[in-house]
Amino acid sequence: MRIGVLAVQGAFAEHIAALKLLGADAFEIRQLRDISQDFDGLVLPGGESTVMNKLLRDLGLFAPLKAKIEAGLPVLGTCAGMILLAKHVEGGIPCFGTLDVTVKRNAYGRQLGSFVCREQFAGQEITMRFIRAPYVESVEHDTEILAEHDGKIVAVRQSNQLAAAFHPELTENTAVYDLFFKSLAKA
Amino acid sequence: MSEQYQLNKELAQMLKGGVIMDVTTPEQAEIAQAAGACAVMALERIPADIRAAGGVSRMSDPAMIRSIQEAVTIPVMAKCRIGHFAEAQILEAIEIDYIDESEVLSPADDVYHVDKTKFRVPFVCGAKDLGEALRRIAEGASMIRTKGEPGTGDIVQAVRHMRKMNSQIRHIVSLSEDELYEEAKQLQVPYELVQQVHESGRLPVVNFAAGGVATPADAALMMQLGAEGVFVGSGIFKSGDPKKRAAAIVQAVTNYQDAKLLAELSSGLGEAMVGINEQEIAVLMAERGK
Repeated sequence: MRIGVLAVQGAFAEHIAALKLLGADAFEIRQLRDISQDFDGLVLPGGESTVMNKLLRDLGLFAPLKAKIEAGLPVLGTCAGMILLAKHVEGGIPCFGTLDVTVKRNAYGRQLGSFVCREQFAGQEITMRFIRAPYVESVEHDTEILAEHDGKIVAVRQSNQLAAAFHPELTENTAVYDLFFKSLAKA
Repeated sequence: MSEQYQLNKELAQMLKGGVIMDVTTPEQAEIAQAAGACAVMALERIPADIRAAGGVSRMSDPAMIRSIQEAVTIPVMAKCRIGHFAEAQILEAIEIDYIDESEVLSPADDVYHVDKTKFRVPFVCGAKDLGEALRRIAEGASMIRTKGEPGTGDIVQAVRHMRKMNSQIRHIVSLSEDELYEEAKQLQVPYELVQQVHESGRLPVVNFAAGGVATPADAALMMQLGAEGVFVGSGIFKSGDPKKRAAAIVQAVTNYQDAKLLAELSSGLGEAMVGINEQEIAVLMAERGK
């Protein structure tokens, strides 16, 4: 199971470490030649979405990755990664625009608004860490809501795309990865 | 360790692989964000001008910092003087995303640093070696940067600090457990932090390069030496083509090991900042606060 982790900026090392612990063969995607080999899944990490959006385009990664996501490549986006997937971005420019949701950037304010909570996700209570996080304002079409906090949507799924406003790579619980791996098995 | 401190360390993790740029106006902040900065440092004068102007250098006008907070969506940092906890309180009150307790400004206290554990807002501090880094972490810093000589365009000090810190970390990893107590004593730092470095082989917080970064090659050099991202101060807006240089440095940090790409990125950038050598400057800012 080979998983490419977008590694142009942000907390990609944390995802790679978590994926390796779970037995996946994770590798960094820093430029076009890194995606010349086949892989089974893609992770878009936390970081600054404006930076990743720009670098994806500057490095020629935008079009080929978008095509792969549209063709059904299983993808997990966390925090900034969720913003990259969203079709509509309040307070920002959409990137891939493949996930039928509207997200709000910096939805909880500045760093002093960052927080930790425990909420239900796919049938179990897990710890969620929100760092200058976005949330999902609304979903369209067949997008499924997987988790909410304080009445706001914080995790969603639409066919091959899984997105969370929080950081599963920073906690021990593997519920988000487990769900991602299930979509890999189906693809 | 408080929950907020953990979240503050994690915000630094989100900045990794990125470039934090000094800006003095909302317009410069927008240019920096468009060029791919992962955060901006709002300050009235960039270090090269602080150095040229001389005199006492203080925290920036909160109104000016607010105008930058309104101009961009990326995190906004600002500097307080070493030991000036009242300036830090003011910056926390305007909800800055990160405070840099910085030697670039004139120190307010020549003995004590700010007790950063008393704040909810995160702090980044400069360090020339592992002892300084761990002392700042013990005081509550959630991110460390090298203390390269600001406003000079000279990378030599940042390189020196990064090499020294890495070599000291390797040394601590090589020690046996019963030798860690003496090492903590020598470094003048808490034993628990030495033990953490011994076990993890790295600083307990994210470590960026800062001071003297002027070119994509400088950024790549620091990344190859183990920096997790870079601060660029005067290097961008004191150069001939800030937009182009900023974008090139951002890409250089992502692909710091690809010399072919770095050659492209380094081409036709126009004039770099002039730069001053270490031997030519009157004030060594890195000597402020130890």
